[in-house]
Formats: sequence, structure tokens, C-alpha cells
Amino acid sequence: MKRKLVLVGNGMAGVWCVEHMLKLAPQRFEVTIFGSEPHPNYNRILLSSVLAGDSSMKDIVLNDWDWYRDNGITLHAGHTVTKIDKAKRTVTSDKGVTVPYDELILATGSRAFILPVPGADKEGVIAFRDIKDCETMMESAKKYKKAVVIGGGLLGLEAARGLLNLNMEVSVVHIHDYVMERQLDQTASSMLRTELEAQGMKFLLQKHTEQILGRDRVTGVKFKDGSVVEADLVVMAVGIRPNVAIAKDHGIEVNRGIVVNDFLETNVPNIYAVGECAEHRGVAYGLVAPLYEQGDVLAKRLCGLEVSGYEGSVTSTKLKVSGVDVFSAGQYREAPGTRAIKVVDEFDGIYKKVLIRDGKVVGAVMFGDTSDSTRIFKLIRTGEDVSGREKEVVLGEGFGGAGGKSAGSGVAAMADDEIICGCNGVSKGAIVKAINEQGLTSVDAIKACTGASRSCGGCKPLVGEVLQCTLGADGVTAAKEGICGCTTLGRDEVVEAIRSMHLTTSKEVMNVLGWENTEGCSKCRPALNYYLGMVWPVEHEEERESRFVNERNHANIQKDGTYSVIPRIYGGVTSPQELKRIAEVAEKYEVPLVKFTGGQRLDLLGVKKEDLPKVWEDLDMPSGYGYGKALRTVKTCVGNTFCRFGTQDAMGMGIAIERRFERLNTPAKVKIAVSGCPRNCAEATIKDFGIVAIDGGWELHVGGNGGVKVRATDLLCKVKTEEEVMEYAAAYLQFYRETGKWNERTSEWLPRVGLETVRAALDTPEKRQALVARIDEALQVMTDPWKEIIETPSLRATFEELPGSLAVDASAAAEAAAGLESEAAAAVERP
Amino acid sequence: MKRILVGKVSDIPTLRSRTVRVGGTEVAVFKLSSGALYAVENSCPHKNGKLSEGIVCDHHVFCPLHDWKINVKDGLVQAPDEGCVKTFQVETDETDSIYLLVEETGGLTA
Repeated sequence: MKRKLVLVGNGMAGVWCVEHMLKLAPQRFEVTIFGSEPHPNYNRILLSSVLAGDSSMKDIVLNDWDWYRDNGITLHAGHTVTKIDKAKRTVTSDKGVTVPYDELILATGSRAFILPVPGADKEGVIAFRDIKDCETMMESAKKYKKAVVIGGGLLGLEAARGLLNLNMEVSVVHIHDYVMERQLDQTASSMLRTELEAQGMKFLLQKHTEQILGRDRVTGVKFKDGSVVEADLVVMAVGIRPNVAIAKDHGIEVNRGIVVNDFLETNVPNIYAVGECAEHRGVAYGLVAPLYEQGDVLAKRLCGLEVSGYEGSVTSTKLKVSGVDVFSAGQYREAPGTRAIKVVDEFDGIYKKVLIRDGKVVGAVMFGDTSDSTRIFKLIRTGEDVSGREKEVVLGEGFGGAGGKSAGSGVAAMADDEIICGCNGVSKGAIVKAINEQGLTSVDAIKACTGASRSCGGCKPLVGEVLQCTLGADGVTAAKEGICGCTTLGRDEVVEAIRSMHLTTSKEVMNVLGWENTEGCSKCRPALNYYLGMVWPVEHEEERESRFVNERNHANIQKDGTYSVIPRIYGGVTSPQELKRIAEVAEKYEVPLVKFTGGQRLDLLGVKKEDLPKVWEDLDMPSGYGYGKALRTVKTCVGNTFCRFGTQDAMGMGIAIERRFERLNTPAKVKIAVSGCPRNCAEATIKDFGIVAIDGGWELHVGGNGGVKVRATDLLCKVKTEEEVMEYAAAYLQFYRETGKWNERTSEWLPRVGLETVRAALDTPEKRQALVARIDEALQVMTDPWKEIIETPSLRATFEELPGSLAVDASAAAEAAAGLESEAAAAVERP
Repeated sequence: MKRILVGKVSDIPTLRSRTVRVGGTEVAVFKLSSGALYAVENSCPHKNGKLSEGIVCDHHVFCPLHDWKINVKDGLVQAPDEGCVKTFQVETDETDSIYLLVEETGGLTA
């Protein structure tokens, strides 16, 4: 029986906690979430970037409706919980829904504080707190010109910057003599103000709001000194208050916020609080990092895992305003006992101050260049003793010399356990690991995979540096090109998106990932079709229109528009009957040339397109996939069946392999060979997968090519039994399928990913079996394409010309065509 | 000008084409994702590749032989390559029949 978990509040803190619990113990809880807003969970921090026009509403959704559904979570969006029955353990919403709980999490967040001045309820006076506020501002900007933002803190400045982007005239009203006084010292603040004034923002400092003017709608703001400023829109951004009404009404202990202990427990059993609504050791936080830290502790606690309690957070602040880098953390004002190191560069507009007490960094303020912020923030959090190297803290190693600020140098020196993304607690090591193991090549892919930069986005440049550091500049630049001209996304990003967003058609991929050409091009369309089929072998529906002609018509187009037909001859072993049949077909359809292919097969060259289905029918053999990005042939020698040197049954092995993997779609064509002894007559060491018999076992070779760029194979390993050969072949092919780029032969792929990577992917029976299971899933849905076309009239029809083609002169054409139409209709009914 | 009935709209799968021979000319009739039909001579100006076998994206077809990109509406070859392929007028009626417009002389209108 699952425990019933109810979450009140569909915001970042609560949903983060639930997400974490789903990862830790997916089966433990039946989850119900109540949210007052009619939206799925979104990233409130990024509202300012929506307002600034850098993101759309859609971009800031953290978990869409599908996520709730896929995780079996009941979401009551637009419901506000109004009643908690502690005795019966139920909660009830304002819309009358009552749900029982075993555990109840309150994550009600906070409310924007509205100044209690006359007129604050007038139309056009809003807060900056949720999507609705954001929409109101965007709407107002279309009709009105003058905006006044009351509050010169972080939120106020971000709102003001957004309104500037919406082409409003913006004045920022602040009661102090300088802005962001809670995060910045006066020097940094005045530099910030100068920069924002240059961007067009006006400042009204040391102003106390007395009254909002206007009849119904706001027309102005009046201050205590008697002055007035005109306004069509007033945004109050003077602070937030924990939203504690529900707790207060139901006897849960409340101070400023809902009081919780180190395990986020309230004074009522089975009721917890996280996020901005909670007060821990006297502090109610209004920033994201503490919410996540709290959520992690609570999730572990509720899942029954051992966890040390939450001990409070040291917070840092970054202003998310384009073109302005501001950072502050910890104590930022000089006080008795602190000493400061300051750097002021008035030429480049850079200011840095680090405060040190008793040899430890206790706070910092930076303006203009915040690239050291992560490193310094870590020193603050860890309380490391920096005595004797205080100046290095600000100026970097070897201060005064070169390289102190060059891109990436700081990142290279970082230890693996250093946190890059403070919001989500992602370390440098975790990012590097993800890049190496998942083949990530972009900041977005890292975000999708690790969560780094998913929240405030402040660490994005740093994540970029880690990426660059890990891959080298070349790796990053190469990835920028994307899989074709329609996108800048690389193969791995596209495949990752297909997986994580569950995309199942090319059209969906192009729409979701913002393809430049809406229907793609001849490069990406076949590639997407392959990737979709690889990721969702059962679900993906083959897109014939995205196939290159050879794979659509299941024959190789030649330069004159005719086709060549290669039937499957397993292991290169045939019979007199089969040879006779091939010969008869060649005569019947006047095939101008019959040839042995490079892989020991017979090729009928010069077949007309309309004859293809008939040729296949008469051959009555499976397709040899001579045209496909698929397993082509398994070349064999005669092995110990006839050869006096042979040590193993090469033909038997070749036939078995070819039957096992025929029809398999692969990133590029795959050729295999089996040699019955180390003399290697089948030339197995220039094949994608080469098998060479040795006394008492088999050598497995990989990554060879005898084509454009000759490459001899690398020895993967030696095995003893035929079962092992099969298992390794399957696992290796599937690993190539999953990690290869479209059109990339194994001879290019193997050097790219590295032999060691391939070995590591195949080094335990468990890993091999998992790969084998996935290749089997893909193989299971394949059918012979020739047979399918012969038996499906609508497919077969596409090999013929349109009925009107027989029209010789214009007047007879209509009749002829009409007549043929009915014949065509009859043909469709044929079994 | 005569209209030649060449087949039904349903004969051509979306983003694909079917060919029809009128007089001595092979014509490829394309159906775009919008359902709109366009007809061009089925021969790439480069090496006579059969355009009917190309991948269709929007209103362009990529020649299957050497990947030239051709606008099926006006027949123009897209940069970096140059050239033009003949286009033909296509009409459909309420019964979803497809017609090519042909000149009285038996030639085709370009």
C-alpha cells in the first residue's frame, strides 16, 4: 500500500522535493499536488527573463502536464487549500476537493508585499510575483507608457529592466539612498546605477511612497516630501512575506514563517514545510538555493533514508539583467574585525571586494566581472583558512601576472567537488562526467542532463567554460555546426531531446527544437528518421518520405535511373536451385549485367524501377540490403568444412550472424566477415566487425574499413564460444547504433569514441545483456521490405507510373486515364 | 490548351511524387505537405537525375544523384548550384482528379 503524500503549493520548492522523492523511492508514495495558479510548475526566477524578452512562458515551465501524468501525480491546479483536518488527516481546497494524507508538505511560498498606502488597490497597481503579473505588465506596455517600480532591490531592478525592454519609460523608486542596499555596498551600487541609467532607467532615491493617485486606474504616485511622479502602471517590488495563512489557521506554529526544525518538521506530526514559507533557525529564505537544500533533506527523510539535518544556507545573489554582472554573498559591508581587499578598475567598470575575518572569507561584492564568484562563494561556504594568501582570493593565482582572468583558467584549476551550479548543487566533477559519458557538447545538453544552470542561469558561462575545458575548443566549435544547416544542435543533443522529451516523429523534433527549415533537408531528414527508430524501435513509425531513394525503393539507384538488385545469400553460401532462379530472372527482365559484389553476392544491374517488385517476386528471396544503412553481407571463407587450415566453422558462423542481424538499421552500412583461421582469407580485419577463428576460440575485431579510408580493425577481445561471439556482436552493434552519428562508419566512430569506451561498454555480462535486449527489440519489428512491398498494393503502386502516362494525344488521354483508373482500383483489391 | 487527366490526388503520397509520361516527356508530380501539387520535368539539369526520387522538403526537392536542391514551384536550382528545370501547370477538380495542362500542338505548357 502506497503512502499518501499531499503537497500544498505547486512551486519550485515543493515540486523539487517531490521530484527528488520520485528518484529516491518511485513506488513509495501516491502524490497529490494542489496549486493556486492554473499552470504546471514553472521557474519563477526566470519571470524576469520572460519580461526581458529572453525567454517565453513556455521556456520556463519546469514540469509540463505530461510530467505529472507520467509520474502518476494528481494535480489540482487552480485550487487553493483552505482547510487542514489534523485529526482525520485530510486537506480540502476552495473548490471542495478533499484528499487524505499520510504526509503533508506545505510549500506555499511567499506573497509579494503590497505597501499599505491609500490607493494601492487601484487598477494598474501590481506586484511582480507570478505569471499573471508578468502578463499584466506585458499587456500594459501595449497601451501605456509610464511605469513606476517601487523598490530598488533585486526584484525591482529586474522588473524595471523588463519594462524597459517593453519600451516603457521606467522610474525606480527607492527609500534608501542607494539601490540593492541589502546586497551591495555603496561603491558597487553606484556603479550599477550608472550602468542602468545608461540603459534608460530613471531613479527616484530616498522617496517614501505616501499615496497612489488616480480615480479607478493609477495616474501617479505621491511621496511624503510632496513630490509626485506620473504613472500608468505601478509595480510594487518591496519585498515578500512567507505565505503562512493556512498554517496559522490550523494551529501550526508560525513565527515569521512556518517554524520547522532541521528536518523540516513543523510542530504537528506528519506535517512539513519547505521553501519560502518556512522559517528555519529564525531565517525565512527568499532565494532558490536554500529551497533546494531543504527539499533534498526532506525528500530523503520522507523516503526513510539516512540524512543529516539541514543547517541553514549561506546565500549569494546575482542580478539577472542583461549586460550587468553583479554578485554578492555573505557579509558585504566592512565592520570591526573585518579587513577588505578591493579592486577598482574605473576603465573597465570592474569592482571587486572580498571581506576577510580571522583569515576566512566572509563575504564578497563584485561588479562588472563576476567570473570568480563561484570560487569565492565556495571559500565563504567552506570557511577555508586563506591566511597568507588573501590577495590570491581576489586576484587569482600569481596575481599581477597574466592569466588571472582568461576564460577557462579558473575552471581548469577547480577541484572536481567544487560546485558550479549553486542552485542545484551540481559539481564540476558531475558535469565533466556527464560530458564524457553522455557525449554532451552543449550547455543546453548539460542542463538537460545534470540540471546545472536550470534555475537562475547565472552559472551558464561557467558551465560553458567547463564544457570548453573538457572537450577542448575544437570539440565545442565542431559541435556548433549541428547535424545539418537546419539546426545548430549536434547529434547528441538531438538524440537526447528525442529521449527526454519523448519525440516520436521528425516533424515533432523539428518543431520542438526550432529547425530553421520547417521540413528539414536531405541531410537531417534521414538522420532524424534513423535516430527516432533507434530510440523508439517499436513506437516510431518509419517515415518513407524521409528515406534516401535507395532505402525507400530498396534497391540502389544507378546513374541512369535504373536500379541494382542484390538478394540475400546468407554467408555467401547458395545452391544450384537458387543460382538457376537468379539466372532466369536476369534473362526474363533483360538484366544487362550480372556481377559478384565486393561482399561475395550476386548483383543484377540495370533493372527498371517499375520492374523491381516483379523481379523481387520472381526471385522469391529476401532483400540483401545492398542499398541499406544496415547489415550488408557477412563474408566468409570456407572454414574447417573444407579448408585444410580451418580451425572453426566460418560458414556456419557467418550464416548464423547474417540471419541474426539481417535488416538491422545502423548509422551507416555495416559489413562483417568471418575467417576460419588466422590466415584471414575473408579479410575480416578491414570490416566493421571481424571474426577470426583461432584454435579453441575466436578473435573479435572492430572498426575496420576497406572502403574510402582504409582502416585496419582494433582487437576488441578473444572469446571461447559461439554464444559469446553472438553476444559480443549484438552488444557491439547496438552500442554503435546508440552512439554513432548518422552516416558515420564504425571506422570513424571507433576512433571518435575510443576503443576503451567501447570495451568499457561491453565489459560485463550485465552490460552486454542490456544492449542485446535492446537490439532484439529493434530486430523484432523488422520485416522483409521486398515482401512488404510486393504484398501491399498501395506501396507497390508507387513503383508504377501514374495511369495517365499512357496518354498519347490530348483528346484520348482523359478516356485512357479513366479506364486505367478502374483497372488500378481492381488491382488494389488483389490479395 | 487541353487538360490531361493523369490520376487521382490520392495516388500520390504526401511529400512524395509519381511520374507520368506525356508525349516524350517524363513529368514528376509532387505533393507537398500542404497537399498542393506541382509538376516538373523529371530530370535534374545536372546529370538527369530522377527528381521524382528525391527527398521533398517544403517546396524543394533534393536530387537523389548529387543532392542538387530545386524549387518545384518555379523550377529554379538553388545556390550554390545553378540552372532551371521545366515546370508544368497542374490542376485538380472536385473529384480530386489531377490534370496537366497541355498545348493543342501536343507539347506541354511550360
